[in-house]
Amino acid sequence: MPLEGRVTTIYIDNLPYGVKDGQNLLQASLTLGFNLPYFCWHPALHSVGACRQCAVKVFKDESDTRGRLAMGCMTPATEGTRLSIEDPEAKAFRAGVIEWLMLNHPHDCPICDEGGECHLQDMTVMSGHNYRRSRFRKRTHLNQNLGPFLNHEMNRCIQCYRCVRFYRDYSGGRDFNVFASHDSVYFGRYEDGALESPFSGNLVEVCPTGVFTDKPFKEHPTRKWDLQTAPSVCTGCSLGCNIIVAERYGEVRRVLNRYNADVNRYFLCDRGRYGFDFVNSQRRLRLPLVDGRELVPEGSATQALSATEGGSPRPAPASSEAKGAVVRRAVARARDILHGSRRAIGIGSPRASVESNYALRSLVGPDNFCDGMTSGEHRLVGMMKDIVASGPVRSLSLAEVERADVVLVLGEDVVNTAPLLDLALRQAVRTRPEAVAEQLLRIPLWDDRAKREATQGKQGPLFVATPYPVSIDDIAVKSYRLSPDDIARLAQAVAYAIDPEGIAPLVGAADPLHVVAETIGGSLGLAARPLVIAGASLGSEAILRAAANVATALAKAGKKDAGLFLVAPEANSMGSALLGGMSLDEALEAVRTGGADTVVVVENDLTSRLKEASFRALFDSTKHSIVLDFFRNRTTELAEIVLPVATFAESSGTFVNNEGRAQRFFEVVNPDEIVSASWKWLGLLSGRGTGEEIAWDTLDDIIARISEDLPALAAIGSAAPGARDVPQVHRVPRDSHRVSGRTANVASLTVHEPPPPRDLDTPLSYSMEGSPRGRIPSSLIARIWAPRWNSVQALTRFQEEVGGPLKGGDPGALLFGPASDRTRAYFDGVPEAFAPDPRRPLAVAIRHVFGSEPLSALSRSVSERIPSRYVGITPDAARSLAVADGERVEVTVRDLRMELPVRIMAGLAEGLCALPEGLPDMPYVGLPAPAGILKRTAP
Amino acid sequence: METPLTGNIRPDREPPSLKEYEKSGGYRALARVVSGLAPAEVTAIVKDSTLMGRGGAGFPTGLKWSFVPMGVDAPPGPRYLVANADEMEPGTFKDRVLMEGDPHQLVEGMIISAYAIQATTAFIFLRADYDLAEKRLKRAVAEAYEAGYLGKNIMRSAYSLEMYVHVSAGRYICGEETALLNSLEGKRAIPRARPPFPQVSGLFGKPTVVDNVETLCNVPHILANGAEWYKSLSLTAIGGTKMYGVSGRVNRPGWWELPMGTTVREIVEVHAGGMRPGYALRGLLPGGASTDFLVEQHLDTPMDFTSIPKVGSRMGTGTMIILDGKTCPVAFVLNLLKFFAHESCGWCTPCREGLPWVARIVKAIEEGQGEARDLSVLEEHCVALAPGRTFCALAPGAVEPLQSALKYFREDFERHIKERGCPWRAA
Ligand SMILES: Cc1cc2nc3c(=O)[nH]c(=O)nc-3n(C[C@H](O)[C@H](O)[C@H](O)COP(=O)(O)O)c2cc1C
Ligand code: SF4
Ligand code: SF4
Ligand code: SF4
Ligand code: FES
Repeated sequence: MPLEGRVTTIYIDNLPYGVKDGQNLLQASLTLGFNLPYFCWHPALHSVGACRQCAVKVFKDESDTRGRLAMGCMTPATEGTRLSIEDPEAKAFRAGVIEWLMLNHPHDCPICDEGGECHLQDMTVMSGHNYRRSRFRKRTHLNQNLGPFLNHEMNRCIQCYRCVRFYRDYSGGRDFNVFASHDSVYFGRYEDGALESPFSGNLVEVCPTGVFTDKPFKEHPTRKWDLQTAPSVCTGCSLGCNIIVAERYGEVRRVLNRYNADVNRYFLCDRGRYGFDFVNSQRRLRLPLVDGRELVPEGSATQALSATEGGSPRPAPASSEAKGAVVRRAVARARDILHGSRRAIGIGSPRASVESNYALRSLVGPDNFCDGMTSGEHRLVGMMKDIVASGPVRSLSLAEVERADVVLVLGEDVVNTAPLLDLALRQAVRTRPEAVAEQLLRIPLWDDRAKREATQGKQGPLFVATPYPVSIDDIAVKSYRLSPDDIARLAQAVAYAIDPEGIAPLVGAADPLHVVAETIGGSLGLAARPLVIAGASLGSEAILRAAANVATALAKAGKKDAGLFLVAPEANSMGSALLGGMSLDEALEAVRTGGADTVVVVENDLTSRLKEASFRALFDSTKHSIVLDFFRNRTTELAEIVLPVATFAESSGTFVNNEGRAQRFFEVVNPDEIVSASWKWLGLLSGRGTGEEIAWDTLDDIIARISEDLPALAAIGSAAPGARDVPQVHRVPRDSHRVSGRTANVASLTVHEPPPPRDLDTPLSYSMEGSPRGRIPSSLIARIWAPRWNSVQALTRFQEEVGGPLKGGDPGALLFGPASDRTRAYFDGVPEAFAPDPRRPLAVAIRHVFGSEPLSALSRSVSERIPSRYVGITPDAARSLAVADGERVEVTVRDLRMELPVRIMAGLAEGLCALPEGLPDMPYVGLPAPAGILKRTAP
Repeated sequence: METPLTGNIRPDREPPSLKEYEKSGGYRALARVVSGLAPAEVTAIVKDSTLMGRGGAGFPTGLKWSFVPMGVDAPPGPRYLVANADEMEPGTFKDRVLMEGDPHQLVEGMIISAYAIQATTAFIFLRADYDLAEKRLKRAVAEAYEAGYLGKNIMRSAYSLEMYVHVSAGRYICGEETALLNSLEGKRAIPRARPPFPQVSGLFGKPTVVDNVETLCNVPHILANGAEWYKSLSLTAIGGTKMYGVSGRVNRPGWWELPMGTTVREIVEVHAGGMRPGYALRGLLPGGASTDFLVEQHLDTPMDFTSIPKVGSRMGTGTMIILDGKTCPVAFVLNLLKFFAHESCGWCTPCREGLPWVARIVKAIEEGQGEARDLSVLEEHCVALAPGRTFCALAPGAVEPLQSALKYFREDFERHIKERGCPWRAA
């Protein structure tokens, strides 16, 4: 197995093995495939030596026959180290550790939600302990209500300290801790209440037992082996974290992390983990609507089947023919419209797949295709694409962000716009102090507590410039509160500090921003891997331009490993932008003056992007409208024809993340014959003539078309193997090999075992048969399981080395080539200094991890955490308006008037106010824009 | 017989004031050190003196200091000296005597030791219940500041040192030096793994030396009188005097400063006056609750760091607890085990889970609920909680009295089980 770095030879039970230098014995053993049990060690949290489960016998040399017990996770693998895993004393001790852990464990596996995928179960079996010798009563604990995401069952705790280390040390949470001592240590909150950290859901996977389990999942308890699973990509933001989606009885039940060493690695955010529930929403569309009326398949009753369980209403089974007839009727109507139309404008969406957007583009023609973004968003994303595709600095992966040593964040409130970026930055700031500790004190990087004690929470340089306080202020050396324009000016001044020859100083060279910029520029100049982060969230092109300039200046200064990280607005913003369409405003114009009489809208609720008046005007001035979406919204309400489409869970396709990484998601729910991917519907609509022939049939077809048609997207084919690339017998099964009740599931309907659904689009199968585990390409990993490893800890069996890449390389295809031979001049156009107007503060957008993303906001668990709308004002403004926190004011932005409660935001930059964008109760405003705020006089 | 450590102590009276301490020769060693000796010379003298740590482990003090990176190797920033005054070991009260009786001696010892490692700040980490010691130490520290022995430019030298008295919140584990450091940092008192050793990465991640109170109290005398003098105080190869103590049913329980290497018998029979009438000696824990029992046949062993291990125990703190012939050894051991189980910090599995289990078994035995197989579970724990298997030395110490009780008083355990009750209570 090829490994980078120096290789050390160690002897395990007298046989020599080559392992990578600098590892500990547990890491090395797991990488080599040995079954050495452990609890407190975690591949991302590293070693602390608490549980004593990983004990091995270590020998001084060949002649040492006695040896001594040592903890694998705390012992470095140095040249010639001799250890025994099989040593009887070591084995007995490991069994003894389980015996101790079991003294107080409730042994309630049959009713435990962790059962069947429990690391404690696996380790117990692995250690060989099986007989209870203690006759004493068990200690018990009270559980807490920790909010909508997690169950808490403290009696199952084995005190491995992983949870508290993840929550506090790794992700910076404060409202969770370990309490008390000796055998009554308690892991929880100071008092009941929702966990505040947006990463809390990771405890489901971090906790090796059933203390923390997935709360929404518990509504319909299901064992892991009965879940139908498929690899997928999170739709929650532009980072494209890899996930495994699990289905049962046609409903998505949960989302788990899917390791990708380049992207999310071990963790997800709670928006990503719990947001999937929109798939099961009551607002899902299951049938086509024509003129507002459902096309009901003949012979089907429309009662809501599973509504009693809180599921979504679904038509009772109808025959395939009846369903086919419905599809044909809807398609015929839509085709008639399209054939009769003078000009049809296609409005795509940054939340729809590349395939669906492309299908729309080919249906209406490139000149009539709109990427579905407002002109502002369109320009910003286009510019981002340009910067990362043609600038001299590479766009970094999330994993690379963790290794950056000096970071400048411009404008992004990362935890709310790209949650996992917050987590990555928390690791990045540790890299430099820890490298020093390693060098000076020879503390290995895996020795987590020693590292933390030596570095004392010291953090490497991170500079933050945002309009309001943000989550990462606590890890920043310095945070600056500035208006969007001044953030851009600061960045420009930083670029000037790095390259005074190439960049002009700000107008008024004495601008105090230059002093600040000097510090930041100096720090970036000393970095080995400097990183500039910016994004679209403030709607400022100036920030993007200046951020690109800082990066370019760094590149010119010879920083080969400088990086950029640009946060895009949505899961597939980059992919949509690469299709090169017009903006929404141009589309409106085309309707108004360009003779277009038909619009086809794909997966885009236009009310979230248009003001009410424009929205209405669009539908008023077109004769026909066809809307494809998966849930009922204002846009579907106005449409003449609505086609019900599949979500990411019922369809397959490709998203391009903010970095330019194309990633494939695969259907996990067998799509209904009516509900199908937008690109499938559009394929039907684009069939020429009157027959049934269509432009493309399968995912392979459309991807091949895209690759031929658009060179920029040619590489998406290599994001994952196609259905054609994998012979039927090697299809990856969506069912586990242990799935129970395979035939019983449908027994209420038929006594025959129906054939498994056919899947022509993907290299996966709706079956328990298929490719042997070892042969699955990394992009098709549908579940984390290995013999003797039933929990997610089985992941080490999929990795080339512990914590390293997946076997065969990590999935995804980068669409932008290397930066080395790109050159681009500096952007110009620096805004003028912001002049605060106390009477008309500039309203800027603020986002919320729970609420600002419209799909996850439909999730029942997430919706419990969504704040209601408000206006954020400075303490000064509150004083001059004489309003207190929570008091209502009247806010006028553009022509919109809203009555909102006030949130007094200490730290909000002078002359600004903040409006939460995207919250369900917040209309589209179009920020930034000056606002008028008036105190409400008593009615 | 010289008693350098306790020469100034007047039991039941106020300790010497600064003036009185100075009159008895106090702070003269410090003057000599800051005016004429290089830090490395101080360390060398302490090394030569063979001073061994009095906190229980008996590690050579000078050697420990020498691990602190000095000169060009030294990381920038502060470095620390901590006096371990947590003294929560059951049966141990020697540091209390020294702190209450002659606080300036500790302060001077700390300043000299701090100088040797060029510490910038010193802490006295004091057991929560030692109110009187707290008052007296705080007064002594204040007096030392006032007299210029602490603070900037001590005795007009280039050396400066700040000193603080920190009162613990009261957990036994806080005496373990790395748990102590965590506690001092305001974190949970759980031990740290070594390496890195505190001398390299200690308090707040900086080089730190933790020394026991008694250890530090020896330092001024070594510097005042020299290593040879110090070695001559002892009856064995390891120099100095030792604070010995005895508790239990002897005629005169108490403490004595005696030459290192005084035999157990002399301590018990001469200084403690032997067993009280009607009580026989059945065994003793030589150095606090976390040492193995010694019995009659070991009485002629010298009490020092090398001789006691040869007979299967440790000198520990040097303060003995006597088990007499009228006390149930099972109940005696149970009492200690309950303490240790309760004081486990909860970090590592063997100690957190193993000790309460052991304590419950011994309790069951004591209450007549014992089962024959219990003894083998207890014996297994004596091995399973050995050093290296647990995260720190608390659990290994905790099973020492148990393992030796099972050896010397096995019969008592067996009778409890067989007779389904405590034979001692029945008697
Ligand atoms: C559980 C436990 C408790 C301890 N308590 C004390 C204590 O109260 N006082 C003390 O000086 N050393 C105590 N020690 C020993 C210290 O860890 C450390 O070895 C000692 O302070 C070093 O000082 P010395 O070298 O002067 O002996 C304890 C050790 C353990 C494992
Ligand atoms: S709650 Fe889970 S993760 Fe936390 S200590 Fe207990 S077993 Fe470990
Ligand atoms: S960070 Fe973004 S992509 Fe990742 S899990 Fe969260 S919402 Fe999904
Ligand atoms: S042995 Fe383990 S649980 Fe016990 S005090 Fe030490 S670290 Fe804590
Ligand atoms: S995994 Fe090694 S001690 Fe816990």
